[in-house]
Amino acid sequence: MTTTPTSPSDTAVASVESGSGQSPLLEVRNLKMHFPIRKGFLKRVVGHVKAVDDVTFSVERGTVFGLVGESGCGKSTTGRCVIRLLKATAGEIVYTMPDDEPVHIEALDPESLRIMRRHIQIVFQDPYASLNPRLTLKQIVGEPLVINNVSQGQDLQDRVAELLRRVGLSPEHMNRYPHAFSGGQRQRISLARALALNPRFIVADEPVSALDVSVQAQILNLIKDLREEFGLTYLFIAHNMSVIKHICDSVAVMYVGQIVEMTTTRQLFRKPLHPYTEALLEAIPVPDPRRDRHRIVLEGDVPNPADPPSGCYFHPRCAYAQDVCRTETPPLAEHTPGHLARCHFAAELELKGMTI
Amino acid sequence: MSDQSLTLPSAVSEPQAGEVEINLSAGEIGQLSLWYLIWRRFLRNRLAVAATFVLLLLYLMVALAEFITPYDHLISNEDFVARAPQLPRFRDETGQFHFRPFVYGTTTELDTYNLDWVHKDDTTQMYPLKLFVKGAPYKLLGLFPSERHLYGVDAPGTVFLLGTDRLGRDLFSRIIFGGRISLTVGLIGVSLTILFGSVMGTISGYFGGPVDTVIQRFIELLMSFPSIALWAALAAAMPADITIVTRFFLISIILSLIGWTSLARQVRAKVLAFREMEFSSAATAAGASHFRIIMVHMLPNALSHIIVIATLAIPGMILAETALSFLGLGILPPAVSWGTLLQDAQTVGVVIKKPWLMLPGAFVIVSVLSFNFLGDGIRDAVDPFAL
Ligand SMILES: Nc1ncnc2c1ncn2[C@@H]1O[C@H](COP(=O)(O)OP(=O)(O)O)[C@@H](O)[C@H]1O
Ligand code: SF4
Ligand SMILES: [Mg+2]
Repeated sequence: MTTTPTSPSDTAVASVESGSGQSPLLEVRNLKMHFPIRKGFLKRVVGHVKAVDDVTFSVERGTVFGLVGESGCGKSTTGRCVIRLLKATAGEIVYTMPDDEPVHIEALDPESLRIMRRHIQIVFQDPYASLNPRLTLKQIVGEPLVINNVSQGQDLQDRVAELLRRVGLSPEHMNRYPHAFSGGQRQRISLARALALNPRFIVADEPVSALDVSVQAQILNLIKDLREEFGLTYLFIAHNMSVIKHICDSVAVMYVGQIVEMTTTRQLFRKPLHPYTEALLEAIPVPDPRRDRHRIVLEGDVPNPADPPSGCYFHPRCAYAQDVCRTETPPLAEHTPGHLARCHFAAELELKGMTI
Repeated sequence: MSDQSLTLPSAVSEPQAGEVEINLSAGEIGQLSLWYLIWRRFLRNRLAVAATFVLLLLYLMVALAEFITPYDHLISNEDFVARAPQLPRFRDETGQFHFRPFVYGTTTELDTYNLDWVHKDDTTQMYPLKLFVKGAPYKLLGLFPSERHLYGVDAPGTVFLLGTDRLGRDLFSRIIFGGRISLTVGLIGVSLTILFGSVMGTISGYFGGPVDTVIQRFIELLMSFPSIALWAALAAAMPADITIVTRFFLISIILSLIGWTSLARQVRAKVLAFREMEFSSAATAAGASHFRIIMVHMLPNALSHIIVIATLAIPGMILAETALSFLGLGILPPAVSWGTLLQDAQTVGVVIKKPWLMLPGAFVIVSVLSFNFLGDGIRDAVDPFAL
């Protein structure tokens, strides 16, 4: 489908983030990533996994934009499209260069893409799979510098030492291999590698999901510190609302490849408009069991994006579903200024939020 | 909101106690590369280490064959046709002990019943074994001229440690020279296998799509042939008038023709897995080329698997060469390999009356087993930190 900036969701999003007069650092418009399903000897295409289906959001400079949803909702796919690890099926990804020049990431040729890559980096979820076990820390953290001919020799060594120090690791460990490090330390190494080229924008794909809760807090703090120190902007992916709460300025909740609710973090927690958001909020672990709370437990799994349910994708699991939900697909509509939700009853339901 | 499960301490960036502990206990090990850790684990496997020494010894012997062997392996000697092994002795007929081992001379009689020459030890002649004796001139490793041989006895004595064949040629010398072909045909075949297998597997897995489909179908086609029949057919199709060296290389290529397919499949599977690994994505995001990702992030991680598969493929190639040569389809006389040597032991009569002619088979077994033990040892040692 063609993308026009006049689609309802676009105008709505623009008003969500209308804080500054500047254009957002990153704008994603009507992003679609449909993976073909191939079968048989001749590998014919028999269908598509609509991992990301018409997603629109924008990320303001210096802010942390969260993408939250259960596993399989298309968050990582969105993140990978943004940094062109995947080539989107359709849609626009517009990045504003330091000179305010907008660049269409989805349309970059290989050479411009190489230059572009210095601006946007990524940190992954799995602390083990994200570091090549055959390379030393120096080789891992220095790789972006070597690839882009930024530095070599003693200068490379000094820069790697500085990066390691900055993420809270000792430069003396430079010649060690990743197997000597714990999960939290590995995520620090990943952060150091992501920072090597002095990027302005970092896609953090569940950087703390694989870590112990106590270590999570340290890494989140590090991510916050780095944002201030380097003026970074993050697209922060999480499957857990408690992480979002600590770090994000605005949030989009994703379900089966679509955004079902989007607003500021404060607003989302205070007054969720979508039953899925409410369920995610309810899932935040509660340390005090005596606290009064009727729990809405999310039952079942995220539907297969190759074959989503009819009507509202969430209806098989929704506690508030009505007949209309089974047949009619709700649009992503703006209910209060800067607060979008994709639910027929967003205006009527009194969903349970929490203050933060 | 009182979500204490995720409290943020104000002190930031300080690795927490648990992490420091891991770090300290792993202090030494952190400096060691995975290769070194693999090596340490390998050394713990006694059988594999012993097999490595056996193989090193065998390859050393065939490399220095001219020096190790006392006689020219091609010159026949009608006075000593099919002589039984002359074992070195320390004690003579009278029971007296000699510090220097010796061998007896030979008396030859005609067995008029079987019409066969019969050789017996002549206990009246004793020839002490000597080291570094002068003999036929040769060039060591094709470079250094010399006349010395590792061991020997003074003329007119002979020392056929493993007996002689039906033309009176020293079997030990023939086995060592035969090993030159039999042991290297596997190495060359495996090098080609690694080359084809890695390149095809990497292309197939990394680029995927139609290329992958074509390569996979081709591999399935090759794999559907019975390998021995295919080898035999290809070997039989080789022109008869080619040189020994050409024939040797053609046979290596024929042997690797099927071997590469299974390696290519495994490399492809590894590359597919590594392509999904986030360190490859991180390299892409940093601007790395396909070539760099393959050479830095994929092949080094697949290398240990390639080595295991290759090591375990060598014995199959040695056996295949032996089988082809035994059937007269591989190496042809006068060139010697363990397979051609075993041709002399093709009849039951020979096996009963001249059992030493089966000794080349013992060398085949020892080297095949050693390669298997070595391969098993490497397999157990690789990836202490499995990906
Ligand atoms: N390369 C791919 N090919 C086919 N399907 C994919 C691919 N990558 C992801 N998917 C599918 O897309 C959906 C979203 O995946 P992902 O973006 O990883 O979700 P999340 O990060 O939210 O857990 C899943 O159903 C997943 O199976
Ligand atoms: S549209 Fe219906 S099913 Fe969907 S979230 Fe709203 S109430 Fe639930
Ligand atoms: Mg994910």
